[in-house]
Amino acid sequence: MTNRMTLRFLSLAENVGLARVAVASLASQIRFSLQDVDEIKVAVSEAVSNAIIHGYLGQVDGWIQVDCLLDNSGLTVTVEDWGVGIDDVELARQPAYSRDPERMGLGFVFMESFMHGLTVESIPGQGTRVEMRRLVTVSGELSRDAQ
Amino acid sequence: MTILHTVLGPRIVVAVNGDLDLKTAQPLRDALDQLIDRYPDKNLLLDLAEVDFVDSSGIGVILGRYRKLADRHRTVSLAGVKPALRTVLDLAGIFSIIAVVDSPVRKEAEQ
Repeated sequence: MTNRMTLRFLSLAENVGLARVAVASLASQIRFSLQDVDEIKVAVSEAVSNAIIHGYLGQVDGWIQVDCLLDNSGLTVTVEDWGVGIDDVELARQPAYSRDPERMGLGFVFMESFMHGLTVESIPGQGTRVEMRRLVTVSGELSRDAQ
Repeated sequence: MTILHTVLGPRIVVAVNGDLDLKTAQPLRDALDQLIDRYPDKNLLLDLAEVDFVDSSGIGVILGRYRKLADRHRTVSLAGVKPALRTVLDLAGIFSIIAVVDSPVRKEAEQ
């Protein structure tokens, strides 16, 4: 089975929930456990929140696009914005790095912990693209399909 | 998100209902800060029994209140933490600094 979904929405905080619920609903079409889906929701929430807070600096008129590719082995989610970009991606991915003292720099920690692969591409002044993949696992091991 | 507060002895018990994310972080932060200021000698207990989702924005609010109250020699504790939230809170190191207790409101209701 292969399925695809593209969502495009404005950089409003209201749309963080929209994105994670839509992606979770798509993910539920294959053999992810409830915990898997909960963890995917957190990763999507973090990526979209980053686009709003850091990509568009809270401005509500920027576009965010979420592309999903689902197959029997897992789910690939790409979150893209056309905001200010990240000057130093490696620095931004450090656990304690954050421009907001209350956010603790946990966003990338959650994305890396809950997904089985994370790629961040950013061009300052042009935007950021985060690609994450979550593989189907059986009792914590990668399933035969996914290997 | 809705929040309901009750003052029980030395604690402000705040029952939160809804997802804790970027949309709800600021209203929750404002509401908790108002309560913290209104009851300057009370500790804070967040009852999360009706919370199904928390991300780093929600955790930021909890940790921010922890720091604020610790500076004033007061505490934050959590109650009603669902299994779905445990992984995220654990990964953020919440359980090493913030106690999880039984919900005093539900306990009283059961008696």
